[in-house]
Amino acid sequence: MSDATTTTITEEQRAELRRHGILLTSLQELYNWGRSNSVWPLQFGLACCAIEMIAASMARFDIARFGSEVFRPSPRQADLLIVSGTVTKKMAPQVVRLWNQMPEPKYCIAMGACAISGGPFKQGYNVLKGIDRYIPVDVYVPGCPPRPEALLHGLMKLQEKIRAQPLAGPDAPRHLRADDPCVYPVPECGATDLEPPFNPEVWKPPTLVRDDA
Amino acid sequence: MRAVHDEFHGDLMEVSMGPHHPSTHGVFRMNVVLDGERIVKLKPVFGYLHRNHEKLGEGMTWLASMPFTDRLDYLCAMTNNWAYALAVERLTGLQPPERAEYIRVVLAELTRLLNHTCLAGFLLQDTGAMGTPLMYAFREREKILDLFEALSGSRMMCNYQRFGGCRVDVSPAWLAAARKVVDAYPRFLDEFEALVTGNEIVMARTQGVGRVAPELAVAAGVTGPMLRACGVDYDIRKVDGYGLYPRFHFRVPLGDHGDTYDRYMIRVLEMRESIGILKQAIDGIPDGPILDPKAKGRGLRPPAGEAYGRIEGPKGEIGFFLVSDGTPNPSRYRVRAPSFVNLTILEDMCLGHTVADAVVILGSIDIVLGEVDR
Repeated sequence: MSDATTTTITEEQRAELRRHGILLTSLQELYNWGRSNSVWPLQFGLACCAIEMIAASMARFDIARFGSEVFRPSPRQADLLIVSGTVTKKMAPQVVRLWNQMPEPKYCIAMGACAISGGPFKQGYNVLKGIDRYIPVDVYVPGCPPRPEALLHGLMKLQEKIRAQPLAGPDAPRHLRADDPCVYPVPECGATDLEPPFNPEVWKPPTLVRDDA
Repeated sequence: MRAVHDEFHGDLMEVSMGPHHPSTHGVFRMNVVLDGERIVKLKPVFGYLHRNHEKLGEGMTWLASMPFTDRLDYLCAMTNNWAYALAVERLTGLQPPERAEYIRVVLAELTRLLNHTCLAGFLLQDTGAMGTPLMYAFREREKILDLFEALSGSRMMCNYQRFGGCRVDVSPAWLAAARKVVDAYPRFLDEFEALVTGNEIVMARTQGVGRVAPELAVAAGVTGPMLRACGVDYDIRKVDGYGLYPRFHFRVPLGDHGDTYDRYMIRVLEMRESIGILKQAIDGIPDGPILDPKAKGRGLRPPAGEAYGRIEGPKGEIGFFLVSDGTPNPSRYRVRAPSFVNLTILEDMCLGHTVADAVVILGSIDIVLGEVDR
């Protein structure tokens, strides 16, 4: 028989204990479980997608089943930013500022084609080609607009992500790492484009490698 | 008006409401100058959702703009489609078959129900009735969206109308389903009215708030339920008679105070009229084709010229002004958006009221920022 202090308990043993009414868990699991089931989104709509976001919180789709029905009007009380709709260059600084005002731990869902990439309005001079140029996006929900079910699926994916987060080490969330400032530079309207055009910390555009023949 | 320089009210305060504010219906910003709680000046700031709709329309083929019109006023995709299709049909001389005209009326009136229901929910949300009325409204919205989805494949962005007709035909089963929704609608309206119309708080918050004089409304170009709430009898379905509207019997409800409560009531009454039109249209729909045989989607090159197509959208007159020079894309593409024009008298409506009233007044204008900023 091995030394009891160094034995790690297996999944089968844990299930066996659970059958006897004994629940063994870790702090990490408990912490993540609590956070993943009370993700409070910011009451923040930009365009068409916002209507579907509202629909997701209404009777048929009922986002309350996921513990996320509390749409907070203030960023200080929210931990999920659903960027729902077209982010224009006039609006982008405000979006980043709201993100900075949200306390950590916080998450971001880019809802719809516009928030992801500019969508159908990508050609427009005034449309930001994706909010992930300025703030880190956890889950992308494609669609134009995505159905409320798609947003709920995105939320479930986010919950999975939260549950899998370690509390220490290099993969720990931003707010538990000393090296991450958690504050993102707010762009300003420059002469022709936003300054800076993107945040190199969060957005790394693919480099095109060309064979010079 | 209170003296500005007395001991307690020495300074005016300027407050920027929005662009992120729970009650601005999206990304709208109001710069209000306050004397205590009273608004003495108000400046609306637009452009936070400027998506270059009109400029993009000039770079695309005629048909390619159709899905973009859905995204103008994202609660009323079907009526936006119709206004654009109407303008192109005037430019090209295409004539939709009778069945298509009937389908258009059915869809436009369903859209009107959808829009007014959502507006009533949002307006009540703005007065502080958190949740319940909006829940009721969105429950009904889902029923109409189910119809749109069954027909066009999409809930919100239907992309359904075509130049000279419609994209797909309606089935008898769809018509039966639509009839069922329409027949059940008065019961929802009764329920909603029992909750809201006679409610003491609603009346206190909306009656006499945000009055508009009919002269001002006409001078500013205000259209739709907002104009009719002032008592001006102007409905494009009656005065311009597009589509098959002259065939249907319906009345145009008019208000007489021009306040927020009247604007709410006009919408409820309009919904009841829409139900009547829908019953006539669903029952009278003839068999036949749904597309003009000369219709051409891709590669359409209308003869050089200009056309303006306008319809009575749920929010007011929505019109498309198009100029063609015979090429595959418009040389000028301009939208006359009701939300934007109706919003221009916001300051006149809000002066002398409190900030809390301004929120309700803005809610009663029924703006959609996709259409205001374009």
